[in-house]
Amino acid sequence: MKEVLFWIGAIGAIGGAAAVVALRNPFYSVLALIVHLVSIAGLFLILQAEFIAAAQVVVYAGAVMVLYVFVAAYVGGIEEPTLDAIPGQRPLAFLVGAAIFIELSIAIVGSGLLALDSGGPEVALGFGSPAGVGKLMLERFLIAFEAASLLLLIAAIGAVVLAERRRRDESDAEEVLG
Amino acid sequence: MDISYYLVLSALLFATGAIGVLIRRSPLVILLCLELMLNAGNLALLAFSRSLADQQGQVLALVVMVVAACEVVVGLGLIVAAYRRKLPLNVDEFRTLRG
Repeated sequence: MKEVLFWIGAIGAIGGAAAVVALRNPFYSVLALIVHLVSIAGLFLILQAEFIAAAQVVVYAGAVMVLYVFVAAYVGGIEEPTLDAIPGQRPLAFLVGAAIFIELSIAIVGSGLLALDSGGPEVALGFGSPAGVGKLMLERFLIAFEAASLLLLIAAIGAVVLAERRRRDESDAEEVLG
Repeated sequence: MDISYYLVLSALLFATGAIGVLIRRSPLVILLCLELMLNAGNLALLAFSRSLADQQGQVLALVVMVVAACEVVVGLGLIVAAYRRKLPLNVDEFRTLRG
């Protein structure tokens, strides 16, 4: 059963990732990324990370992707030049990607960690539940938790400052137009 | 299911994201490919967390998700600001800071 679910999730994740890279229209790329994220959330569930899987679907596939969809619709279809900026950029990029994959695979398959050849040890019932992760986060990793919340606040303020419509821009645009 | 399958899958997804960053020009799609790479890292973190039966990896995965969300917010803000100023949305054209 776990094997079947793993392969379904893996095919969804790889297909979604390939579609994000290959599709010309950014709007379709965003939709492909949603497929990818939901498949990855399924894999997280098989790995007994229930809280992370739920956060992935709610925060990522929900909130962040809505932001992407709105920006993709606002900016519209971006014309991408078909010519390479550097000659032979595409074949070189595929070569680099294949090199990264082969190198990581050799490192994983050749590692001496015996635990990688098993499904992992038996874990207690509450493994990966909100209670377990939350307790760890609010006790042992409290500083990391607070730093993350501060980072989110700064990013939110930064986004408002960056995307704000300023009067000066509009007068600049008017000067350029007329 | 062996943990190494998850790790190889995460390596494959990371490589796909890296190829996307290298061949695409639109900043929006490059942000999407960065998401692919961050998610591949999260998958590896959770696989190791399961293999060691230790929940600390899951806390780290949550922090990675927070950092990814911040990166998206600032990146999309920059894209919207560039679009409003009628700059070309092509990473090869953004070269003012080039040394």
